[in-house]
Amino acid sequence: MAKLLEVKNLTTQFFTSAGTVQAVDDVSFDIDEGETVAVVGESGCGKSVSALSILRLIPWPPGKIIGGSIHFSGHDLLALSDDEIRKIRGREISMVFQEPMTSLNPVLSIGLQLTETMEHHLGISNDKAHQRATELLAKVGLSDPERRLSQYPHHLSGGMRQRVMIAMALSCEPKLIIADEPTTALDVTIQAQILELMKDLTKELGVALMVITHNLGVVARYADRVNVMYAGKLVEMGKARQIYHDPHHPYTLGLLASVPRMDQPRGSRLVPIEGQPPDLTRLDSGCAFRPRCRFAVERCASEIPILQSVDSEHVAACWRVSEISELKAAS
Amino acid sequence: MTTVQQSPSSLPSANGVSEETFLQVRDLKMYFPVTEGAIVQKIVAHVKAVDGVSFDIRRGETLGLVGESGCGKTTVGRCILQLEHATEGEIMFEGQNLTKLSQKELVPVRAKIQVIFQDPYSSLNPRMKIGTMLEEPMRVHRIITDASKRKERVRELLSVCGLDPKFADRYPHEMSGGQRQRVGIARALALDPTFIICDEAVSALDVSIQAQVINLLEDLRKEFDLTYLFIAHDLSVVRHISNRVAVMYLGNLVELADGDELFNNPTHPYTRALLDAVPIPDPVVEGDREHRVIKGEVPSPMNPPSGCVFHPRCPLAVDSCQVSVPEFREVVPGHRVACSQV
Repeated sequence: MAKLLEVKNLTTQFFTSAGTVQAVDDVSFDIDEGETVAVVGESGCGKSVSALSILRLIPWPPGKIIGGSIHFSGHDLLALSDDEIRKIRGREISMVFQEPMTSLNPVLSIGLQLTETMEHHLGISNDKAHQRATELLAKVGLSDPERRLSQYPHHLSGGMRQRVMIAMALSCEPKLIIADEPTTALDVTIQAQILELMKDLTKELGVALMVITHNLGVVARYADRVNVMYAGKLVEMGKARQIYHDPHHPYTLGLLASVPRMDQPRGSRLVPIEGQPPDLTRLDSGCAFRPRCRFAVERCASEIPILQSVDSEHVAACWRVSEISELKAAS
Repeated sequence: MTTVQQSPSSLPSANGVSEETFLQVRDLKMYFPVTEGAIVQKIVAHVKAVDGVSFDIRRGETLGLVGESGCGKTTVGRCILQLEHATEGEIMFEGQNLTKLSQKELVPVRAKIQVIFQDPYSSLNPRMKIGTMLEEPMRVHRIITDASKRKERVRELLSVCGLDPKFADRYPHEMSGGQRQRVGIARALALDPTFIICDEAVSALDVSIQAQVINLLEDLRKEFDLTYLFIAHDLSVVRHISNRVAVMYLGNLVELADGDELFNNPTHPYTRALLDAVPIPDPVVEGDREHRVIKGEVPSPMNPPSGCVFHPRCPLAVDSCQVSVPEFREVVPGHRVACSQV
């Protein structure tokens, strides 16, 4: 399939009074047309910042994209002027945020918020936008869409607001939707409704989806490919089945061993990753995961591991990647 | 609600869980008034947060209490802690009905029942040193009057919870979320309680840290013969940690069974929907699973549906469900379900 998004050596830093935070450090990945890529990792690993960097939404000061390139269907996003990037945002790439409570404007009606984007990007008349907004709300499963248009965000529940966000994201028929923890604030049954909806709609409309989450279950259910991030770096990347059944980075291994699973009986003991994630202003030389890694060797302290090929489309950044299967079996 | 029979035997089983009833909740109701008017307030309605809940907790077990936001699970915990004054019902603990005790009579009980809260950022006083915070309950309850012995106990508590005793001189902002949650646990242990209510105690933590804290909670339960009421919305965590699990929906218990029984053989349509909705971190398992999505949203507890509260969303509902409240009956020994259609 054709490449839709190509991120190369992206580096984003935040210059704070406590020091320079290496939020995203030399990250490269692709997204193909129509596929779902999940970015997983714990708080502060740089997954949201990498998404915001794609849309150039990093606030300066304190944040800045200091290196790399982002190509999106023929555009070099980092070279575009502010006016040009505004034509991409919401039109070609749209975003669904975590908090449906705060990402809608509380003083504007749902209808206005939906039609505004379409009128701006698609240049259609207000009547036409209104009609399309009604169709969109019906498509995302809101009852009585005509009435919803005149309502305000506070009239809607969290799940309904997230449906509105999705309708808004789809309104200009984008090629890519970036969803940053789209269901974290929602209850499980509502989460399932929203994720099924996103899956069906992206499939139906052929939209690519980059979903950022810390929930490994959500990733297993919906993603084609997975990027695992740790301390600002991409540490493993591959097809979902490869990542879950044959993880090659010790962090991915640790992550999968530390989640309790609903399909496993009580009694099995969790194997946590000991220690804490590192302070991103004070990274040592070498591998950032080394202090918590069971398999660390001397080389890990001096050299930052590069992504090495494990299998087709499967890479991991670990110096011991070739031995990992034996190490896993031995421990 | 029918009453649950008491089992007379108190023989501890292999994993430290006995059949002995430790705490009994009977027909617990908690209605919060909704008022209108700025000066003269009048009650216009009630939020039925908990609407007739009965269950037992056995000595040494972990009872998981699950449900979605607003189902009343936290309120049940707060009623047991006597942080809310229950509208109706009994909470029997060590032969006393907690709802009938005066504030003075409650003091010794409070030492035995402790709580761990969800948010390790807001549940610790930012201006207090960790050591002072851990000493305070001992001072208040006059458990250890000697200051140097108290300090020693603080060091002991910190190391039991996997923290360096030097943390006693630090403030909460100097610690990470996982460390703060360990302080919350140490504080709950300070008075040698027998019963701890964990209200979403691991929900705010990242997975790798969450696993550390879950293991700690399990170790402490064994070491100090604790009994837990583990309130959470994450079913995977609840399955992992609980001996028995109770499911709540809109102020009512809909199902209660042994953990493995509940997850292998969910019977109430709501429990089934809830389990279906939880994704399992394995793409192969997920590929084979049927994803039946439950329609609609939870109704307002101010005006709950008549009859069975789940009937508007229920795939099995028949006409009678709109009128008659289902009995919380035993379908197989130890497995209770509130549904007339199963």
